[in-house]
Amino acid sequence: MTRFLLPLAVFVVLVGFLLVGLGLNPRQVPSPLVGKPAPEFQLQQLHEPEKTLTSKENLGKVWLLNVWASWCVSCRQEHPVLVELSKSGIVPVYGLNYKDQRDDALRWLQQFGDPYAVSAVDPEGRTGIEFGVYGVPETYVIDKNGVIRYKQIGPVTVEALQNKILPLVRELQG
Amino acid sequence: MRLKLLSRSSLTACGSGKNDKGSRIGNPRSALEGMRANEGGFALLKTALLLCLLLLAPFAGAKEAAPVAEDPEIERRMVALSEDLRCLVCQNETIAASRADFANDLRREIREQMQANKSDKEIVDFLVARYGDFVLYRPPMKSTTLFLWFGPFIFLLAGAVFLVFYLKRRRKHIEEPALSEQQLKQAEALLKEGKG
Repeated sequence: MTRFLLPLAVFVVLVGFLLVGLGLNPRQVPSPLVGKPAPEFQLQQLHEPEKTLTSKENLGKVWLLNVWASWCVSCRQEHPVLVELSKSGIVPVYGLNYKDQRDDALRWLQQFGDPYAVSAVDPEGRTGIEFGVYGVPETYVIDKNGVIRYKQIGPVTVEALQNKILPLVRELQG
Repeated sequence: MRLKLLSRSSLTACGSGKNDKGSRIGNPRSALEGMRANEGGFALLKTALLLCLLLLAPFAGAKEAAPVAEDPEIERRMVALSEDLRCLVCQNETIAASRADFANDLRREIREQMQANKSDKEIVDFLVARYGDFVLYRPPMKSTTLFLWFGPFIFLLAGAVFLVFYLKRRRKHIEEPALSEQQLKQAEALLKEGKG
């Protein structure tokens, strides 16, 4: 009897591993920055280049940092969700315009709507490296103390917003 | 969801040649046109000149493909270090080999940190702090990576134990059955026959 049961058990375990593996997304690499203070930055603003946005300005409030670019296709997919979120006024969304051209970025916002309280520009992707960005879009939830609490890799979907981001934001807002 | 995520950014330009300098050799057509303008008509000379141009072409390319950094030592160190680092976009490529925009940015970052006299370890720590252990092709030994390091040996050991038990059991099964008196005689007769 064990002659058949043992290989069967091994087979079932193997299938189990493969099934779990199928469900995982190798592109979602967990960020070591979750739970750590967000990197400091001081960047030019997109709309008013003479002004800057610094990471310290947002201390004391919960905010989202959305990394976007006009050349990024998936950003269009998530954009309506961000516009809706911004209209609701639950949490301010700040933009990090990543490796983009100013003209293209401004035109893009004009066309699709501007959900951002402020968009900062990171033309060479240096602040992106500080944040561990390795693709666009990415969205960070940052708490009152300036600590990164969550990182959404890929577009912000309605499900991600409702199941993860908004509950976390409410909890952090206290 | 998975598919959408896979297509999430143009940084996934793995091997698409976005950074490929397609026109490294320069513009050969303008050179040819210049020759055509010369109406001398010495076909042989033309051919010889063309051959010379063709022979020189690879050198022209090599010249323009000189290392980006001014310091070849830093370039060498950068390549050596980035060969041990994984590109998070093209996950099976090293940062040294990947043509993704992201790998390009990280090479620039590494180069700049080397120019600022940072040690290799400091640079690796910098990257691990931002991108996690995943960026390393040789993961460090930690409680979470113990199975990764020793798992294969555990399987090897389990296999060896299984093999030993299996062979022992097998030996019992196929123990040679004792021959009867009659069979022995038969065998001896056959052997003698063979000798004769």
